[in-house]
Amino acid sequence: MEKKQEQGLRKTRILEALENEHVTITFDDPLENEMVLNMGPQHPATHGVLRLLIKLDGEIVLASVPELGYLHRGYEKLAENCSFHEFIPHTDRLDYLSPLSNNVAYVLAVEKLLGIEAPPRAQYIRTLISELARISSHLMFLGSLAMDVGALTVWMWSFREREKMYDIFEKIAGARFTTSYTRIGGLAQDMTPESLSIIRGFINELPEKVLECEKLLNTNRIFLGRVDGVGVISQERAIDLGLTGPCLRACGVEHDLRRANPYLIYNDLDFAVPVYEGGDCLARYYVRMAEIKESTKIVRQLLDKIPAGEVHAGLPKQVLPNKERVYKKMEELIHDFMLINFGVNPPVGEIYHAVEAPKGELGFYIYSNGEGQPWRLKIRSPSFVNLQSISTMMKGAMISDVVAIVGSLDPVMGEADK
Amino acid sequence: MEALNEKVLERLKAKFLGTKLEANEFRSELTVVIPKEKIVEVCKFLKDDHELCFNLLADLCGIDMNTSVNRFGVIYNLYSFTNKYRIRLKVFVEEEHPKLPTVTGVWGTANWHERETFDMFGIIFEGHPDLRRMYMPDEFEYHPLRKDFPLMGIRGSLDLPKK
Repeated sequence: MEKKQEQGLRKTRILEALENEHVTITFDDPLENEMVLNMGPQHPATHGVLRLLIKLDGEIVLASVPELGYLHRGYEKLAENCSFHEFIPHTDRLDYLSPLSNNVAYVLAVEKLLGIEAPPRAQYIRTLISELARISSHLMFLGSLAMDVGALTVWMWSFREREKMYDIFEKIAGARFTTSYTRIGGLAQDMTPESLSIIRGFINELPEKVLECEKLLNTNRIFLGRVDGVGVISQERAIDLGLTGPCLRACGVEHDLRRANPYLIYNDLDFAVPVYEGGDCLARYYVRMAEIKESTKIVRQLLDKIPAGEVHAGLPKQVLPNKERVYKKMEELIHDFMLINFGVNPPVGEIYHAVEAPKGELGFYIYSNGEGQPWRLKIRSPSFVNLQSISTMMKGAMISDVVAIVGSLDPVMGEADK
Repeated sequence: MEALNEKVLERLKAKFLGTKLEANEFRSELTVVIPKEKIVEVCKFLKDDHELCFNLLADLCGIDMNTSVNRFGVIYNLYSFTNKYRIRLKVFVEEEHPKLPTVTGVWGTANWHERETFDMFGIIFEGHPDLRRMYMPDEFEYHPLRKDFPLMGIRGSLDLPKK
């Protein structure tokens, strides 16, 4: 009996939240028919376990409230009980469509806290894998958006390309999805000349394949009708709501952390930051397609320039030693033991480091009290912040536009729910 | 201290005379600790000032210092598109009735961040339009990121489905 009351209470609270959304659109509908539609958490078009409560007047969305938390695993709490090295595999599971770029973002934050830097070859490889992750994530976006609005062929074709990328990831990191490829002060292992040549082969073929997909969509009247002018958000509102990444650049703001606050070796690379006006689903699609091309350009430059050398910083107190040497050398064994059991002991302090992940600004705020585990680790995930603007985009849209808007935002719930 | 950090600090000190501002710098990042009554005013000033122009609230989060005074903190990571530059503000609140004014009026994005902080730390943001839990169920009684909440959770705090 009590439980029933509790559930009733919970329901009314969510509905109250829906009422609180300022409803500005009025339609002279003779039927005056409003209904609340519950979409998700299990729904094929919500890209994971996103739940949307939508208030409808006929086919028009009056207000919507996203509900999060269905994939909440408490990674920030876990991080406080992990050493800095132990947390690396958890970063794979944040944005699981681009684990490599999360790995890079996390170790860069820890390295900033420690005040160390990886050697040049490791920096180049990190940049390379970040860009590969961007391509892979945007290909996923391309496929899923196209599928959401009814173009199934593009989904098949973009997934065929992603399959090749996962083979590359398997080659370089040993795993397709959960790569955990970076280490503090370096990488898990060096890239072999063989994998570099596979990447080159893939990159040479990719533009043609992307062009094939674009041919199916760019002049497709059904596709354009579903995304053109749908889910518009103004520039001021986008900044106010904290949108970052391709979604912000689709509103005409030229902001890319790779350009604005260059990290790794982005300063030495030649690439453009695609910006589109419009702020609708179509602009978001164009930005991402242009970014795939820019990333291909970056990967080519990296493959030409990549230097030889170590991929581990020679700092035995902070960087895990080579596994083979741990088995043979006494000193390395001691360092390995100390690092695994007590962790790297960073100085007391706090840092925030953000990188341009495929979905937007991925930042890590770390507060350290000098011990081997972070006192507080906050993940600023782009999907979480980007999802907040969904209510603004959906106001006044048709019910069939909802899937297009969710698809164009490209949220990943692993990251939004942490 | 870095030039931009110094400039921001100078402008803040000139604007808020008589307010206690503690500043420190670590890895060339500026952190300014502000009394909680002033937070909205300071944020508005930093956002609207056309030289500093911190128009993006990149992140807002809570922290549990586990101390008897000033136990909880709220951290604001700001970013300026014009200067391509970050600073951090910090506010401390007491363990008993942790309350501070909301900054949703300054940046709309603070809405969900503050909901998350409320969910995880139980810090109340006064004037927030919709202060519900972000991740945990509404009937959950605890605030999981507090240091006194055990990692393994509390038995019986969440209803599990019957077998």
